[in-house]
Amino acid sequence: MNNIMNQLNSPSVYLVVGIVILFVACVCILFMVRAYKAGLAIGMDKHKLKQAITSSATFSVLPSIGILLGVIALSGALGIPLPWLRLSVVGALHYETQVAQAASEAVGLESLSASHMTAQAFTTIALVMSVCIIWGMVFAVLFTKKYTTKKEKKEDGKKSSLAGFGDKAMNAMFVGLVSAYIGSYLGSFISGEGMFSFKGDIIPILVAIVSAVTMAFFIYLKEKKHQDWVDSFSIAGSMLVAMASAIIFGMVI
Amino acid sequence: MNKKEIFEKYNNKTHFYGRICTVICLALFIAVPFVMGFILDAMPDLSAVGKCFLSVGLVYIVSCIAEYLIYTPMLGAGGTYLAFITGNLINMKIPCAMTSRDIVQAKAGSEESEIIATLSIATSSLVTIVVIALGVLLMIPLQPILQSPVLQPAFDNVVPALFGAMAYKYYRSNLKVAGITLMFVSLLFVLVPSLLGSVSFIVIPSGAIAIGLTLYSHMKGNKK
Repeated sequence: MNNIMNQLNSPSVYLVVGIVILFVACVCILFMVRAYKAGLAIGMDKHKLKQAITSSATFSVLPSIGILLGVIALSGALGIPLPWLRLSVVGALHYETQVAQAASEAVGLESLSASHMTAQAFTTIALVMSVCIIWGMVFAVLFTKKYTTKKEKKEDGKKSSLAGFGDKAMNAMFVGLVSAYIGSYLGSFISGEGMFSFKGDIIPILVAIVSAVTMAFFIYLKEKKHQDWVDSFSIAGSMLVAMASAIIFGMVI
Repeated sequence: MNKKEIFEKYNNKTHFYGRICTVICLALFIAVPFVMGFILDAMPDLSAVGKCFLSVGLVYIVSCIAEYLIYTPMLGAGGTYLAFITGNLINMKIPCAMTSRDIVQAKAGSEESEIIATLSIATSSLVTIVVIALGVLLMIPLQPILQSPVLQPAFDNVVPALFGAMAYKYYRSNLKVAGITLMFVSLLFVLVPSLLGSVSFIVIPSGAIAIGLTLYSHMKGNKK
């Protein structure tokens, strides 16, 4: 197992990932400089532009640490470089984890973990992550010019009721996605080792419960105690607490 | 040149740079797994990739379309290209851009607000890149600890840990829909345990049920 992890964390893999991230950083700098200059050219106050930069920088520190925790969470199964790349660009923790899980299923791994990982499973997971979470970029290339110019002509209009359902539908889709997985943990516990034998692995269910309770606590802090900062940590924080609980469950059960 | 013309010229070039940079990034992101495959001497299993694409990939197309349609008008051209390259929209880029816009009091949809959105997303992305890079540097010496057998149960359960948190987040406002969907899926897995190896396919009927139920209650609500 250590052998595969050493491969996934080898310097050459770091180098590949580092180059890509560096390129993305250069793109950000290019856009930043252009926007700054254009802002001055259309007569915006220098002070306001700087304020936008500093406020964004301070705003982003906490969520970034949250994302870093996500890198740690995924590094156990995928090594450090791949989660580093995926979470620095394009992805978000919940997307990447789901897609990685689906990919490990498709290549026939028992679960997404270091003990089952193989080099081919790893590169397959990496490619699945790339092709599944790419559409925002594809749409951006194909439609942004049309979409943004069209929007200028007719502001908003009738989209409110449709947008209302769009929001609900998106939530519903996530309900479906989450239910499929939670249902599979229940199913595997109840029937995984023989129909209604209740001998399957119960740890995933317990971990999910701990995670949900932690999340409930974070949401309580945010909504009732107005601790808005917890938002940045709620997903990664719940995951880490639940993962820690898995160690204890593993010892007890 | 007046303000509108200057901005239009800037925006046209933004589309040009935005498209080129996005296409290069797309190519890089797709190339990375193959380069890693070359290094590790194990190319990706393309049939497995296809299989995944047909299940989870399709779910993400739908959510990407929704994200794209909703957020592009908020961000303007420059912000859109950058945000989709750098990701983490809902949890970071969007609230970040909205906050800076409020702080400098730029009107929504104005030229100013587009410039602010671009500045703010670029800054935010750079901060993330730097913070994670520093974190990764710190993590490298910790690798033996992260790989120790004691911690393995934790890493083996990263997926249930994610879904537990997400379940609370999404179930609480959709209790009925969630309850029915979860009951259906659980029953399915209990009665047909052979499906346990292909959960990502079950996502499709499960999502369809949840969306169907939501649509039903939405229409019922509209009638009232």
